[in-house]
Amino acid sequence: MKQTPSQTVGPYFAYGLTPEQYLYSFKSLANNELVAIEDEQIIVKGRVFDGEGNVIPDAMLEIWDAKNNLFGRFGTGTEKDNSFVFKTQKPGSIDGQAPYLSVILFMRGQLIHSYTRIYFSDEDLNTTDTTLLQIEESRRSTLIAQKQEKFYEFNIYMQGDNETVFFEI
Amino acid sequence: MSNLIYNLFDEEVQPPRLYPDYKSTVLRAPTKPLVLLKQSLSELSGPVFGDFELGTLDHDLTRNSIVNGEPLGERIVVHGTVFNENGQPIPNTLIEIWQANSCGRYVHKVDQHDAPLDPNFLGAGRCMTDANGNYKFYTIKPGAYPWGNHYNAWRPNHIHFSLFGANITNRLVTQMYFPGDPLLQHDPIFLGVPPKGRDLLISKFDLDATEESFALGYRFDFVLRGNNATPFEKI
Repeated sequence: MKQTPSQTVGPYFAYGLTPEQYLYSFKSLANNELVAIEDEQIIVKGRVFDGEGNVIPDAMLEIWDAKNNLFGRFGTGTEKDNSFVFKTQKPGSIDGQAPYLSVILFMRGQLIHSYTRIYFSDEDLNTTDTTLLQIEESRRSTLIAQKQEKFYEFNIYMQGDNETVFFEI
Repeated sequence: MSNLIYNLFDEEVQPPRLYPDYKSTVLRAPTKPLVLLKQSLSELSGPVFGDFELGTLDHDLTRNSIVNGEPLGERIVVHGTVFNENGQPIPNTLIEIWQANSCGRYVHKVDQHDAPLDPNFLGAGRCMTDANGNYKFYTIKPGAYPWGNHYNAWRPNHIHFSLFGANITNRLVTQMYFPGDPLLQHDPIFLGVPPKGRDLLISKFDLDATEESFALGYRFDFVLRGNNATPFEKI
């Protein structure tokens, strides 16, 4: 059988996919708080930029932590600066590789979704991780969330000099 | 499971990242080649949702937002099967649904199209496939609506879907169209799909699924990415 073709999520996904975040009266099946604060919660936040450097206010991110079986979803249309925010725990290492979160990115203007990963700047395993080493050094940093005082910052650039590495999986 | 390798997106039917006729792809499509990733536990797993998480009327968009009467428009029942490319049905997988109302207006606050909202219609729902991969839901046929892509641009009638499948390689967000819609040949989102894939996005009118004096039936099957398992292998 042939695959069903992908189509864009469009600009109006919020009341179907992230209803509670956008204050629609429909239950959300997933949100951005994957673990409670007492579970060594970390915050990952950032923004998504288009090819002219404009912040994208209608993207939706999903994150998947296979190690801990955690899934989250958040749209960039509700925070003041159009950032996404996830409260989760640091994923552990799998098979000695550096810990990361898998990211699925959707937005108007993407006929098919994009895959990327969030690694963490304070992990020594980054220097030996086979996936990171597979990527040319100048682009590797686009996959690494930078540890700030209270959160990890991870910005996604769809295009340009800092274009984020996207994966084919 | 550890020996399974999932097929990549099939370029014969999947849309490209950049499709300039759909103008917002120009600044949002990645320009550098994608990096091929060896499939690992992360790619071969994904979130699992259960029946119990769904509301009792989530599968019926004609009733899940009633305030003071029935929603306006043509009632339809949409059903089909979720398969993978190997032809295996995918049981117990979540299908999320959202759409415009019968006038072509979305509830979303950003939608400024000058067509009426329906107080009794939200346009959001979800259902799960059963043990045989089949699904069914009720809704109102969505209307066409204008958008700003080019002069006199109108989206054909469509329903948005989000599916999870077996793992994150199976993730699918798509749109279902209706047979005979004259707007399809003018819609750059639909035409972004290569010719071989376009018919796969058009539902079929289904008289057998049509419910007497109640709702017109449409059939729409989904096919998620398959894997290298042979048909004889037990998964």
